[in-house]
Amino acid sequence: MTVTAASSVASSRVVVCDYDRLSPELGVAALVEGVQIALFRLWDGSVHAVQNRCPFSGAQVMSRGITGDRGGVPTVASPIYKQVFSLLDGSCLVTMDKEPVAGAAADLVVYPVSIDNGQVIIDLAGGE
Amino acid sequence: MTTEHIVVVGGGMVAHRFTEALRARDTDGRYSVEVIAEEPRAPYDRVALTSYFSGKSPEDLQLGDPALWRDPLVTLHRDSRATAVDRDRRIVTVEGGREVSYDHLVLATGSYAWAPPTPGADLAGVFMYRTVDDVAALRGWVEERRAALGRPVRGAVIGGGLLGLEAAGALQNLGAVSTVIQFADRLMNLQVDEGGGEALKRLIEGMGVTVRCSTATKEIRAGKDGHVGSLLFADGGEQLVDVVVFATGVRPRDELGAAAGLELGARGGVVVDDTCLTADPAVSAIGEVACIQGACLGLIAPGNTMAEIAVDRLLGGTPTFPGADMAAKLKLLGVDVASFGDAFATTPGALEMVYADPVNGVYKKLVLTDDATTLLGGILVGDASAYASLRPMVGAALPGDPAAWILPEGSVEKGEIELPDDAGVCSCNNVSAGAIRGAVNDHDCHDLGAVKACTKAGTSCGSCLPLVKKIMSTELEKAGIEVSNALCEHFALSRAQLFNAIKVAEVTTFSEVIERFGTGRGCDICKPTVGSILASLYNEHVLGGDRAALQDTNDRVMANMQKDGTYSVVPRVPGGEILPEHLILIGQIAQDFGLYTKITGGQRIDLFGARLEQLPQIWKRLVDAGMESGHAYGKSLRTVKSCVGSTWCRYGVQDSVGMAIALELRYRGLRSPHKLKLGVSGCARECAEARGKDVGVIATDKGWNVYVGGNGGFTPVHAQLLVEDVPDEDVFRVIDRYLMYYIRTADRLQRTAPWQQEHEGGLDEIRRIVVDDSLGLGEELDAHMARHIDSYEDEWKAVLNDPVRLRQFTSFVNAPEEPDPTLAYVPQRGQRRPATSEERASGAVLIAPTTLEVRS
Repeated sequence: MTVTAASSVASSRVVVCDYDRLSPELGVAALVEGVQIALFRLWDGSVHAVQNRCPFSGAQVMSRGITGDRGGVPTVASPIYKQVFSLLDGSCLVTMDKEPVAGAAADLVVYPVSIDNGQVIIDLAGGE
Repeated sequence: MTTEHIVVVGGGMVAHRFTEALRARDTDGRYSVEVIAEEPRAPYDRVALTSYFSGKSPEDLQLGDPALWRDPLVTLHRDSRATAVDRDRRIVTVEGGREVSYDHLVLATGSYAWAPPTPGADLAGVFMYRTVDDVAALRGWVEERRAALGRPVRGAVIGGGLLGLEAAGALQNLGAVSTVIQFADRLMNLQVDEGGGEALKRLIEGMGVTVRCSTATKEIRAGKDGHVGSLLFADGGEQLVDVVVFATGVRPRDELGAAAGLELGARGGVVVDDTCLTADPAVSAIGEVACIQGACLGLIAPGNTMAEIAVDRLLGGTPTFPGADMAAKLKLLGVDVASFGDAFATTPGALEMVYADPVNGVYKKLVLTDDATTLLGGILVGDASAYASLRPMVGAALPGDPAAWILPEGSVEKGEIELPDDAGVCSCNNVSAGAIRGAVNDHDCHDLGAVKACTKAGTSCGSCLPLVKKIMSTELEKAGIEVSNALCEHFALSRAQLFNAIKVAEVTTFSEVIERFGTGRGCDICKPTVGSILASLYNEHVLGGDRAALQDTNDRVMANMQKDGTYSVVPRVPGGEILPEHLILIGQIAQDFGLYTKITGGQRIDLFGARLEQLPQIWKRLVDAGMESGHAYGKSLRTVKSCVGSTWCRYGVQDSVGMAIALELRYRGLRSPHKLKLGVSGCARECAEARGKDVGVIATDKGWNVYVGGNGGFTPVHAQLLVEDVPDEDVFRVIDRYLMYYIRTADRLQRTAPWQQEHEGGLDEIRRIVVDDSLGLGEELDAHMARHIDSYEDEWKAVLNDPVRLRQFTSFVNAPEEPDPTLAYVPQRGQRRPATSEERASGAVLIAPTTLEVRS
């Protein structure tokens, strides 16, 4: 679980939903100030947020990918062409011999997530 | 370089092989080829002629890639007969007077069907068995006589060799009663010995064919109507017949060569040397017309070898004919017969080891050297499964007790065989064991696909694939390369092993499975595999328990994801039969949700462009009207395609739609290693294209034929016959077991065709398991399928009744009704499609999802 200190820029932190609304290993999409985000609650209870757009198809689908691990690193696979990404830093681990769509980076943007009072909070400005 | 012109006289299989091999290997375009073919069609597979009666059309028999005949360096004249060869001027004269000059001439005129001079052989109703036109005429005659006589047609085949038995099978397929009249004292006297002939006779008679050996036909007599009416035998006997087929052997068509002054063999045929060249260096002869090493050879394998040799020599090679491999393995009337090597033990001192089981109709003989170690040949009747392993071993020592190869499975332990490098493994493409080892060791081919691509082994009929796989695995093991069947980094087991482990341990959740049999947290490879295994075993809802997170892209929401992340919805239309009100409802839903509509290849309707949050609304309207999920998204039964069948069609002989619906309702929702497609045709015309399906059911006068292992896709394969003329209940039982056995033992994402080809012992072994129940698995497989059928529920309906699972069908967790704002479409032919990135960038007229809200 990535917990951001409460002292960071308050305006970019947005409450998305109740933690209990997230099912283990089953991602959901969130629309946060016009940005589409994929949210995952994993087996260990940790919550991860990455961009919802799949870099290799351009479709907003990452929340519907299968979670798992590669060598212990938690991952999500794109449901379109099955590229695998790290949920820790967003890096693309398996490209399936494909290139991202024009103008897209192969890696996913990862957003800091915190849980406060049973609520899931995303730091939009902290995305990298 | 100037192009030399080769003229090939003859348009049969060997002419085809010659032309194909020349064009494949003559990469510099040194030669142009002109083929003069007498028949009105391009070369076809004469060996498969009989399949014409089980519904194949002449086009299905076509050989190789038809693009060969469009090659600018190849000219094919059909319906064209060469009448003379002038060797001095190097000119072939064609019927009509046209002259064709050549630099090199290849005679590939083949044989003609020979009949002993018999009075009455010219009566209407007497046929030969050599060309497509012969068999088409025979079929027409039998159908016409049946209609005219109003009773089964009585057929007789004169000749009890290989072709005669084929012809008898063809008559049976046409619904005629048939008798085989054999002059020799046993059937197939050229291939099998007395014991084999006895076993063969019993088996053939068991199929309902009458066999008369040691019988000479003296005369064919006309009936009252002037057509063929009866046969009179030399021993005074007589038999009533409505059709007679001569299958009394072939003679080389050497008249062109003889007239041109070329030397002929003692029993005919144009004499050639070991490189297939006649005494004239500008003339070759190949195939059945060639008299090579003193004999004309009537099998396709030596013919193809001769074609390859001639090509090799023309391209500057120095090949020689290695001697004919007269080995043959056939399935005649459903009976396995194989004969190879020195089958008649003519080698001095040869020993014969025989196993005969008259009750089960099995006869097996091995011929061994006098010290009982080296294999010389053999005969297998009734069960020829050992043929693929034994034939390449001719001339080599058999390890262990040779009896193990002929005694019933398991009674004596078989030695591990190590094929010599020059042993032929794939006879279709002439690939040796050494070539396969070379591919593994020198070309880094470490899986079956790579070995096939590199050597071409197993790419034609596929019957050698289990052997190819075995040789490959042995080599990999020797080289210390681990043959990993591991599913992924989380499971060291193969799918089949994992299936068994889960079944035995009776675990039901992914957490338990990975805890007991794997490591880590799983991935997009093992999770869907385990999800599929759990569904196959327990048939509980795919989104129930912890299973939703296991399902792949489509199964996860029970719809097919398209490129923009929206889905398509396919309701089930069993057998393609649909009520008008359901058709109207589908149209209304498409209009109301603005969905793109297309008819699928599986006789149903696909609705595209539905957003995740719209799926439950669409399902609800379908389910309320009595429709259900079509599982178009699952690795599971997709559809059972059917033709309209006997209820409406003038030609149908069974109710194919009724059968298709019964099958679709029986297997709907059945999860499997890959998708499953079935087809049912109401007659041999096969309008449902059932032989392109995993399971194809084709109606016959007496019931149904069941074909298995057909696939479309990247590597199309025709399904093979599993059982013949069976009633409805047997169709269900056989398919139940076949599918369940496949589900239990196939690899991940392995479709039925490669599974069947790579299965040890191929289809024959699978037939023993699912039809003859040789492993005693039958009851268990039946019970498993019965559980599946009893526990079926519509997945869509179940989700609609479950508020927790419905939560998954929202666009955004914090804005459940808000459509994905990035979706964009453009109009096309009155419907919509996803906008391309260029269209998005150019700001062309786009349809946003918000303008596609449900119409009231």
